[in-house]
Amino acid sequence: MSKKNNKTDVPTTGHSWDGIEEFDNPMPRWWLWTFYACIVWAIGYTIAFPAWPLLRQATPGVLGYATRAEVQKDIETVELANATINETLSTVALADISADADLRAYATNKGAAVFRTWCAQCHGSGAAGVQANGYPNLLDNDWLWGGSIEDIHTSISHGIRNTQDQDTRFSEMPAFADILEPNDINAVVNYVMSLSGDAKDATQIDYGATVFLDNCSACHAEDGSGDRNQGAPNLTDAIWLYGSGYDNILAQVTQARNGVMPNWNTRLDEAEIRAVATYVHSLGGGEASK
Amino acid sequence: MGILDKHKAIETNATLLLILSFFVVTIGGLVQIVPLFYLDNTIEKVEGVRPYSPLELAGRDIYIREGCYVCHSQMIRPMRDEVERYGHYSLAAESMYDHPFQWGSKRTGPDLARVGGRYSDEWHVDHLRDPQSVVPESVMPKYGFLERTLIEGEYIQDLLETHQLVGVPYTDEMIKQARADFVAQVDPDSDYDGLLERYSGAQVRNFDGKPGISEADALIAYLQILGTMVDFSTFQPDASR
Repeated sequence: MSKKNNKTDVPTTGHSWDGIEEFDNPMPRWWLWTFYACIVWAIGYTIAFPAWPLLRQATPGVLGYATRAEVQKDIETVELANATINETLSTVALADISADADLRAYATNKGAAVFRTWCAQCHGSGAAGVQANGYPNLLDNDWLWGGSIEDIHTSISHGIRNTQDQDTRFSEMPAFADILEPNDINAVVNYVMSLSGDAKDATQIDYGATVFLDNCSACHAEDGSGDRNQGAPNLTDAIWLYGSGYDNILAQVTQARNGVMPNWNTRLDEAEIRAVATYVHSLGGGEASK
Repeated sequence: MGILDKHKAIETNATLLLILSFFVVTIGGLVQIVPLFYLDNTIEKVEGVRPYSPLELAGRDIYIREGCYVCHSQMIRPMRDEVERYGHYSLAAESMYDHPFQWGSKRTGPDLARVGGRYSDEWHVDHLRDPQSVVPESVMPKYGFLERTLIEGEYIQDLLETHQLVGVPYTDEMIKQARADFVAQVDPDSDYDGLLERYSGAQVRNFDGKPGISEADALIAYLQILGTMVDFSTFQPDASR
């Protein structure tokens, strides 16, 4: 036993319970110094960073740290790194994006990222849309408003039937429940079914054709091939936005649903819109520019 | 050791210890909380933020009732990845009329601070009814009952008055017209000029596409206004905040 550990050398706190006393050992020196260092560090920290509330505002800190400046810097760093290629992407003719291999690769990758962030919720992460529920499949050859990169670019920029953008693509299929008699609707549904397959009731087709010609052909064309200027779907290709079969087509003729897409020109910049247009165009069914 | 000896008096007197402890905690609280009420660099003046319209406010109540905040935050933090995914970082002023605010820190679902206008009304109806029908990866429960539950808005005036009580600047006219505005916002054929005058930028639509005012109408009206009140094409952030 060393002398240091001799109990009689350590003073007691003076407290005594039933004759049991408490030694008043000092705190370990390393602990005390760490404690003091932390206090000094805390004072330095409040000088360096925003901290003390004063009369009108809090002290800004000598290092000039601000979260907003920080995020601004982060964004600018990335923007600067891609500035040249984004500038090219937003200015070349849309049809020429695919001609340049580097630009195409950049646009497709960037577009895929944009798509997964902003488009996948409706069109699906694989871009197959939601079948028979009005969210168009972007992988097939069927386009409501046109499949050239220019058309896709316009659709993304201004959206479809939204209320936010003056230049949005707009058309509205009327609810034919208010216009036609039920037997007319029944006939025309059978006629529409016959365009791409078998009608439910073949005896109705001839009469349905006349109803179609009088009421539907202005938008869907006389042969039912649709009109992309109005977003009127092609009815002869067996691809159905709101589902195939008598009941689904009847529902759409009776009380049409008209899909809405937001305009993205306020949320995405031109390079992002062109990138995602390139990506969608590349997925399949993309048409040549006119 | 004079002062330390005096400390013994506090240690041996429980009531005195309690009173003095409370006093110390009060000072800590005052220093931390009070400056937030007057400091210029915590309260930023931002144009465009208005109190919620009656229908949006009702939707907000449904949002809270259904516990949407348990999985969805409403605060885009100032970080590049968040700004890229959700849009401009949130400003304090954007939730100044929220009582209580819905910032949150738990994200099972995505942040909703700027969900307004991001999806169509039809998408919201489909998604509330069956989230997996549009987003197969989603783990969100189904809220189909919202579109089947009609609401009358009989307490909407009380709701606005309550918010006025805690400091939301609803005018007496807004409160008087609350029920009428509540009904007008879901009816595009109604006379809604007064509504738009009182609540600029309010969207007037039949949100769920069905007759009657359902809880889905109110909730979608609320979701569609989230994060859209400030025009960020003209807003200049003060970088020193």
